[in-house]
Amino acid sequence: AALTGQKTEYKVDEKVTSKEDVTTYNNFYEFGTSKSDPANNSGDFKPKPWQIEVGGMVSKPTIFGIDDIMKQFTMEERVYRMRCVEAWSMVIPWIGFPLSALLDKVEPLGSAKYVAFETVVRPGEMPGQTGLFQPLPWPYVEGLRLDEARHPLTLLATGLYDETLPNQNGAPIRLVTPWKYGFKGIKSIVKITLTDKQPPNSWNLYAPNEYGFYANVNPEVDHPRWSQASERRIGEAAGLFGGARMKTLPFNGYGDEVASLYAGMDLRKNF
Amino acid sequence: MAFKLTAGQRSASIWALYAIGLVPGLWTFYLGVTAQLGADPVVTFEHSLGLWALRFLCLTLLVTPVRDLFKINLLPYRRALGLLAFYYVLAHFTVYLTLDRGLILTAIIGDMTKRWYTIIGMICLILLIPLAVTSNRWSIRRLGTRWTTLHKLIYPVIAGAALHYALSVKSITLEPATYIAIVAILLTYRLVRPKVMELRRRLTKTPPARMRAAAARD
Repeated sequence: AALTGQKTEYKVDEKVTSKEDVTTYNNFYEFGTSKSDPANNSGDFKPKPWQIEVGGMVSKPTIFGIDDIMKQFTMEERVYRMRCVEAWSMVIPWIGFPLSALLDKVEPLGSAKYVAFETVVRPGEMPGQTGLFQPLPWPYVEGLRLDEARHPLTLLATGLYDETLPNQNGAPIRLVTPWKYGFKGIKSIVKITLTDKQPPNSWNLYAPNEYGFYANVNPEVDHPRWSQASERRIGEAAGLFGGARMKTLPFNGYGDEVASLYAGMDLRKNF
Repeated sequence: MAFKLTAGQRSASIWALYAIGLVPGLWTFYLGVTAQLGADPVVTFEHSLGLWALRFLCLTLLVTPVRDLFKINLLPYRRALGLLAFYYVLAHFTVYLTLDRGLILTAIIGDMTKRWYTIIGMICLILLIPLAVTSNRWSIRRLGTRWTTLHKLIYPVIAGAALHYALSVKSITLEPATYIAIVAILLTYRLVRPKVMELRRRLTKTPPARMRAAAARD
């Protein structure tokens, strides 16, 4: 369905990745592990009706319906870079609203330090959640420190390219943290919990030495098996030639905004 | 095999195998230059060449068990299969150097000194070179039994190739898991092969011998 967001200052001077590439080249293992699986296998997924349960260390635990959310919050358009931990990247025109606006509604307690997120589990609609060979345990979980969650860049996206989110991109609502690797952007969220303990995140549970909790884009800290110093911009060249790698920027180019969140931390240890 | 090929037919079929074997690489290249390889064409092409290299390595190592277990003799085709694997490895490496890394030396040296999957891939390529160079009749005659010993290098190469693949992906999904399993079976077969051959000899040769003995007693 059509969805427009208010124009904002959040945009980048780079060419926006084509809608075709943004919606057909995805990692969403609930629909299969190849990049084309999410677009091909998400036809049966029903993003409506939808509820998100927001609770934990909050004064006003609330269950939000997706229609409520679309009405209650002002949707903005934000063009963000997206850097995958696999060393490819895109520029995506998201539509959504700051996570902090949602957190304000439920009034986190002073004791809350982290925010935990959970993806829906629907084996009947998500073929990657059935069968013998399942790459990850479900539900997919993610987490942020509360100050990261409250950062103005942190977005709950409900659309892209002037439309509600396609199923393969995490319909009906997903997280976007542009200075972190893409796997932090948990999709199809059903539960948000404020807590005082660092929440688990799925890829960290899968391989703790390879995927950290913070997952900040960092060209200096390589993945143990491959370099993070450069990236391939998806769609830069349609054919085989002219798609040279580009340098990866610290915090994916959002250092001015977010570097202060990590002042004094050893980013090699807290990768 | 039930039917026999003439020398001319056999030679023609080997050339046909070379021609058919190169089709996937050429076809993927065509799809690449005509922008039909999706969002990340360089990597799709690079991975496709690597996968075909691994597939031809598997086929090369399948020749012996197929002959042992099913009595189908594909030995005349083994050299072509092995060389096709080598050509795909070379193409895979060339695409990595040029289209992927853009011949940027610092990045390439970084990969070759710090990253296990590229180091292992490189070692496999180097080990394949003497095998490719000696894959001719003259070398076989010249090297004698040493040729057989030398060509056992194919075992570490295929193990390394599977490892290279497994280490390069974010997680072990069904596809890499399948190749790891196939390579493991092919290599394990070499360990149990003496037992298999012994069993086969007993199954095929013993009954007639016993019958002959019985006939002699009569």
